[in-house]
Amino acid sequence: MKAAVIVFPGINRERDMARTLKLASGREPAMVWHADTALPAGTDIVVLPGGFSYGDYLRCGAIAARAPVMGAVQAFAAKGGLVLGVCNGFQILCETGLLPGVLMRNAGLKFICREVYLRVERSDTPFTRGYNAGQVICVPTAHGEGNYVADSETIARLEGEGRVVFRYTAPDGALAPEWNFNGATNAIAGIVNARGNVLGMMPHPENHVETALGPTDGRGLFQGLAEYLDRAA
Amino acid sequence: MKAQVTVTLKSGILDPQGKAIEGALKSLGVGGIASVRQGKVFDIEIADGDRAGVEARLREAAEKLLANTLIENYDVKLIVEDQ
Repeated sequence: MKAAVIVFPGINRERDMARTLKLASGREPAMVWHADTALPAGTDIVVLPGGFSYGDYLRCGAIAARAPVMGAVQAFAAKGGLVLGVCNGFQILCETGLLPGVLMRNAGLKFICREVYLRVERSDTPFTRGYNAGQVICVPTAHGEGNYVADSETIARLEGEGRVVFRYTAPDGALAPEWNFNGATNAIAGIVNARGNVLGMMPHPENHVETALGPTDGRGLFQGLAEYLDRAA
Repeated sequence: MKAQVTVTLKSGILDPQGKAIEGALKSLGVGGIASVRQGKVFDIEIADGDRAGVEARLREAAEKLLANTLIENYDVKLIVEDQ
C-alpha cells in the first residue's frame, strides 16, 4: 500500500490518517501538499482526510476541490486508482464531482461529535472487504455538515446500483430516524462512485483503530485496503 | 465596472440556517414574516472588458466556483457607474 495523503490548509485529521495507514500497511504514507501538481510515483491510493480545508469558506470543500493537486487526483481516479475521502474529504470529493450529491448542514443545525453506528451494506468493495455485509461498526463522527443530499434520480441510482456502502443505524443495524443523527437522505453515511474506486464517508474509521483509544472497528477498512493493494502489487 | 453575483438555494432544498433565522426573527417579535432563505452575495470589481465578455466571465466564475449548481441558483448583475 503506497498511500498519498493530501494536505490542504485547514485540515486537522491528516496525522490521524497517516498513523492509521501506517498501522495497517507498515508503510509511511506520502504527505502531498495541495499546491503540488503530481502524485508520488507508484501511489496506489489517495486519501483526502478530514478537517476544515480553507476554513470551510464558500462551501465545505469548495476551495480545496479546485486546488492544483486535485487535477492529479482526478486523473488518478479516472484511471481506476483508489481514492478515499473522509469527512471534509467526502465533501471535497462531492465538490470535485468525483462523487454525486452534496453534504448540507446537519438537520438539527448542531455540530455533532460522538460515536455512531454504521451498517456496512457491502463487503465486495476494496474499502469494505474487511467487513461482512450487514455488519454494524462503531466509529466516531465530528461534523456540522454531513447531511447527504442529492436529487431523487441520483438517490435512486445510488440505491439501485448498490453504491450506498455505509448507513447510519441503531447498534443492532436497524434504520431509525433517531440514529440518523444528521438527517442524511436514506441515512447515507458513505457512497462509492459508479466504478467503485472512489469512496466518500462522513465518519472517521481512522480514529477507532487502537485499543488504547477504545473500539477498533475502523481497522477493517484499512486492513482490507492494505491486503487488497498488497495482493494487487 | 462593478458586478454582483447572488447565490441562492434552489427551491425544495432544505435550508436549516434560514429556518433558524426565521425562528429568531419571530421570537424577536418581527411580524409578518412567512419564511426566510439564506443566500450569498459577492461584490466583484471588474478590471477590464466589455459588457458581454464580463458577463460571460462572471457566469464562468459562478459555474466553476461561486455556486454549487446541484443545490444553488445564481444571478449575475452588472453595475455600470456613470462617468
